Amino acid sequence: MNQTVISAQNLSLTFQTNDGPVHALKDINLDIDKGDFVSFIGPSGCGKTTFLRVMADLETPTSGTVTVNGMSPAEARMKRAYGYVFQAAGLYPWRTIGGNIRLPLEIMGYSREEQAKRVANVLELVELEGFDKKFPWQLSGGMQQRASIARALAFDADILLMDEPFGALDEIVRDHLNEQLLKLWARTEKTIGFVTHSIPEAVFLSTKIVVMSPRPGRIADVIDSTLPRDRTLDIRETQEFADIAHRVREGLRAGHAYD
Amino acid sequence: MIWILFVLIFWGAMWAVNVRLAAGPQTQLTKILVPTLFGITLLVLWEGLVRGFSISPILLPPPSMIAQRFATSLPILWEDFVQTFIKGALSGYFIGCSAAFLTAIAVDRSDFLKRGLLPIGNFVAALPIIGMAPILVMWFGFDWQSKAAVVVIMVFFPMLVNTVAGLNAKDKFQDDLMKTYAASYWQNLLKLKLPAAMPFIFNGLKICTTLALIGAIVAEFFGSPIRGMGFRISTEVGRLSLDMVWAEITVAALAGSAFYGTMALIEKAVTFWHPSQRN
Repeated sequence: MNQTVISAQNLSLTFQTNDGPVHALKDINLDIDKGDFVSFIGPSGCGKTTFLRVMADLETPTSGTVTVNGMSPAEARMKRAYGYVFQAAGLYPWRTIGGNIRLPLEIMGYSREEQAKRVANVLELVELEGFDKKFPWQLSGGMQQRASIARALAFDADILLMDEPFGALDEIVRDHLNEQLLKLWARTEKTIGFVTHSIPEAVFLSTKIVVMSPRPGRIADVIDSTLPRDRTLDIRETQEFADIAHRVREGLRAGHAYD
Repeated sequence: MIWILFVLIFWGAMWAVNVRLAAGPQTQLTKILVPTLFGITLLVLWEGLVRGFSISPILLPPPSMIAQRFATSLPILWEDFVQTFIKGALSGYFIGCSAAFLTAIAVDRSDFLKRGLLPIGNFVAALPIIGMAPILVMWFGFDWQSKAAVVVIMVFFPMLVNTVAGLNAKDKFQDDLMKTYAASYWQNLLKLKLPAAMPFIFNGLKICTTLALIGAIVAEFFGSPIRGMGFRISTEVGRLSLDMVWAEITVAALAGSAFYGTMALIEKAVTFWHPSQRN
């Protein structure tokens, strides 16, 4: 069971900007096991999004190594090892919801029947049945974000990387989507990397919480959650939940002491 | 005096009607009726004032005279229209816009070409068309081919710049998304860049409709067979039959508007998803 899917060793990334170098990531060491739900939490500028983008080969580290499924991120990307959900839904407005979900399938060369089957499948998974003929701009923000998750689930990647997918949504929609996401995770058994800056969201969703601190971006604490994998929103009322949230908060505060 | 009085009364009446229509509920009918009444008012004003002040038809012929001339010269106008618009403007428009489109794709693909071709496009756009037209007539002969060449030069640059801008119009997330799918260059071009560029491409195509018509007409001033809208305008001015010149201008205005309108309709169908086209 404890098979390592993503592994980072002494990972550093420095952006050269006009105001001098910015140390986005410094000496990051982390292993993510298969089936984990890992949240990255920290204030803005702590490098959590950059770390996720390094795993996805959207940024190149300055030093250190990352492996995804035992390969370099570039090889993993060419093998379509992961699905990525961005902060904004980023649906193509000229395609219907169904057409947007079909996009990766078309690019990866799935047959037409297979495409139709999978689109129907993931639409059901994110509870958007019957919306495949609608255009993105005819849907609410929450529905658009669900469609973008469906798009990332449509092909067979066993890793799902999500960059503050619910950041722009209100709390009620967010709670609902969080619950749906957990169900989806249980059904698909994917490994999920999830960037957020909400403490309750991180504690509620994760099996492992990575607390990061800014300037330079580094890992302040890694918390293995003791909460059961099968959980509902009620768990947020328990003492155990409060204890983990407290430890996350402590980690965030310690990180700020470096300023 | 009677004419001027009539014109003033008509003007006032139409004004009152339009104010009323515009203040009332907006329906499909009023949307068409208001501008139509405005156009009619302008024509009546023109007719009445020209007659009332006894203005020489050389300076400004009344609309009725132009209409009469138009109706009696249909075969000539049609011949000129085919020569200038269909052969000269349309073929030049098609060649120029296609060439600019393909160049834009090449420019977008390679930074080397971007630095090499964009300045050349810029340079060509800066050439005075009045100076180039006689040279192109020498090169390509008196017939429509030289007019098409002038049109190509006129439309190439606006189309190129618009298409290049369009190919850069996609946003960061959409671009990264294609990268996470490990999409090939052509998949990226066909499924993301070109659809995202469509609003810009149609902008270029619409601007070029009017440029093409202007180019084809002006080029005929520098040598043409004895037909064509530009040829007719320059010779009829010499013969002081200004009503014929106005009839040709009417044809040009109608053709230009129809050309622009057609492109706008196609645009509406292709870029229905763009915020400017949704309602």
